[in-house]
Amino acid sequence: MQDKAKPKEAPKPPPPPPESIPGFHLATLKQAAELKNGSPLLACRFSPNGRWLYTSAQDNTIQQWDLTADKDGKIAGKKVDMAGHASWTRAIGFSADNKWLITAGYDGLLLTWPLGVPFPEPVRQAQAHTGWIRGVDCHGERVLTGGNDGRLAIHLLPDLRPGKAWQAHGCHIYQASFSPDGKFILSADLKGRLKVWDGSGQMVREFALSALHKYDAGFGADIGGVRAWSFSPDGASIACSGITNVSNAFAGVGNPLILVANWTTGEMRAELRSKEAFQGTGWGVAWHKAGFILGSAGGNGGMLWAWKDDFKPPAAPLKKDEKKEPTKDPKKPEEKKLEPLNEFVAQKLPDNVRDMALSADGKRLAIAYQGGVARVYTLA
Amino acid sequence: MSASMARYACNSTEHTLSRRGMLGVLGGGVATAACGTGNLLANPLAKQHKRVLMVFLSGGVSQLETWDPKPGASTGGPFRAIPTSAPGVHICELLPHTAMQMHRLALVRGLNTAEDDHGKGHYIMHTGRKQEPSLEYPHIGSVAAKFVAEEENPLPGYLNIVPGGGGGANAADATFLGPKYGSVTISDGRAPENIDRPGGMDPQRDLARHEMRRAADQRFLARRKSAMTEAYTQSYDQALQLMKKKALFDVSTEPAKLSASYGTHDFGRHCVMARRLLEGGAPFVKISHTNYDTHHENFDFHIEQLAEFDRPFATLLEDLHQRGLLSSTLVMVVSEFGRTPGINRNYGRDHWSKAWSVALGGCGIIGGAVSGKTNAQGTVVVDRQVNGGHLFATYLKALGLDPAKKYYVDQRPIPMVDPTGSPISEVLA
Repeated sequence: MQDKAKPKEAPKPPPPPPESIPGFHLATLKQAAELKNGSPLLACRFSPNGRWLYTSAQDNTIQQWDLTADKDGKIAGKKVDMAGHASWTRAIGFSADNKWLITAGYDGLLLTWPLGVPFPEPVRQAQAHTGWIRGVDCHGERVLTGGNDGRLAIHLLPDLRPGKAWQAHGCHIYQASFSPDGKFILSADLKGRLKVWDGSGQMVREFALSALHKYDAGFGADIGGVRAWSFSPDGASIACSGITNVSNAFAGVGNPLILVANWTTGEMRAELRSKEAFQGTGWGVAWHKAGFILGSAGGNGGMLWAWKDDFKPPAAPLKKDEKKEPTKDPKKPEEKKLEPLNEFVAQKLPDNVRDMALSADGKRLAIAYQGGVARVYTLA
Repeated sequence: MSASMARYACNSTEHTLSRRGMLGVLGGGVATAACGTGNLLANPLAKQHKRVLMVFLSGGVSQLETWDPKPGASTGGPFRAIPTSAPGVHICELLPHTAMQMHRLALVRGLNTAEDDHGKGHYIMHTGRKQEPSLEYPHIGSVAAKFVAEEENPLPGYLNIVPGGGGGANAADATFLGPKYGSVTISDGRAPENIDRPGGMDPQRDLARHEMRRAADQRFLARRKSAMTEAYTQSYDQALQLMKKKALFDVSTEPAKLSASYGTHDFGRHCVMARRLLEGGAPFVKISHTNYDTHHENFDFHIEQLAEFDRPFATLLEDLHQRGLLSSTLVMVVSEFGRTPGINRNYGRDHWSKAWSVALGGCGIIGGAVSGKTNAQGTVVVDRQVNGGHLFATYLKALGLDPAKKYYVDQRPIPMVDPTGSPISEVLA
């Protein structure tokens, strides 16, 4: 005797993607443009007005992409290649008055280019460092750079006249930025040391992002460093990304990690990790004003994650009988153990991430890929 | 029963005497048996005081970041080429100090060893041969120990200064040449352990012990002489001589300015040690710098590693020259293989043996010479391709040995050099 055939249930439609942050569907990235370059990309930055995307590539060139959309909303992404550096460029910035594109390369050169003209040519140049420059930022007429020579240097616009320069770190500087109000300078290095300087170049604070560095004794080399960073919307905190849990430095076996710190106090605020283990380096981080932090990584493919920024206070209150050890050096606050926070969105990306940028209005995200393509995504 | 076989839990004199046996091992190398030694070639260079310095860059150093830069090529990476003290010769900007010594170095840029495995590449670069299932070939260090060393050389013939721990002897490096010519490891550039006479042992008593041992050895050797037993006896005598040369291992006596030029890190110390040992009569010293196996972040790691290599190595060359030793010291800077011209997704370079480079210098080498050429992308050799056999033949020729000679192992002729290889005449004086 046969059972009666049960009526087939209609397949349920997939649930709509979670909208954990009002107005954002981060689990379904909408690609607005695919910008193809011949050479693998290294870095990307939006111009302050969002019209242009600048990328850099392994053939030593910089690309200017026009992101103007046509009447149908399509972005053609007209490209202009810009030659000026004799090596790779990973540091791209803009002057505060939006007149200049500023690039700093592994050739130690600092270049200014007119921003947003059809065919930019370098206007001024300065030999800012011996060896690679990895960090550049502008505030007012000041251009800040940090290099492999461990120095921080300030040059003055528009002619890149040398200003103050000083030995700031004992190893390669990976990031250098002005604080959002321009009163302080932040720098971070290969060994995960983050230093805060006043305008005169005096260090006011130093703290360790220890999880972002390891000395691999087997290979006899340091690995890690702050590979990308981003200030919080209120300017008081900074999210720093890189690689952690390194078990084999020379094969890149480790996991991406973002550490969030209040740079005005040195207090660690959050440790952002992915739920699923991913092998690679956190090459991009962007703190969105809507209340989330985006992180991207490359290594064994590419990934994008988003974490909410409503962090709980990091440290449990001390018990009554516990005595707090006095901090020996007020410039070096103690590190506190944090519970890792997991993302609310994880998105697989089509290729290895090399860099990520968020537009000033927070509506677009650009990712530079190893395969020589930059993709622009609409966030809201 | 030899003292080395006695086992004691305490730290008594007897116990340290048993450790003395280990020093004996350090002195000459008694380990596993290799093939028997056949007809020995006479040592034609014993009185010429020639030496060899091998600098081994472990893991596979990138030729593009050292001796054969390709700036501007899609494979070139971020580094620039810089001029050197050898007219027309450019090397990578990561070697500014070495660049000033290039008039003393020759480059072989057409190397194709066709072997991308670490162990097999290591073997080729030490023996000049691909591995064969039927026969193990001696390391160049063992060849030098046998054919270059002075007869009464107080130091082991093949000294291998290694970073980190480890120690002892490796007779297998010498294979059929005999265990006496195997390598002796100098751990982390420090004097061998137990190089001092044990406390409580006066010289007369020590001498009496050795006389007794020699008498027993002679009686034993009269009936059972072999390369192993000879090496065993020789190792004790060499250990005694080595104890007299203890000062060679004390790098703290170097002038402060010179020490600063070498640097205080491990590789710098090892370079100082190498020079002291070469100056003290060691025929072959190998130093290693680790690590270059940069599948990930090749460029960052080469900045870090080559910054550590560059100045001490350049200082070592200058120091050898200043002391009049360079012209009699063959210098080779080698690795298992090079690295891929293509840059992988993690800014890394992988193993690449099809087109890579080594540097040679000193004894018998024309400074500033360049042999071989790779294409614009550095992917293939386009002129004067050579292999490990060519390098081995070049080493022998530079030292004044005849690469066409043969070993005779149990009457069986074995060419000293892989017959596919011949000396690279362009770099030979």
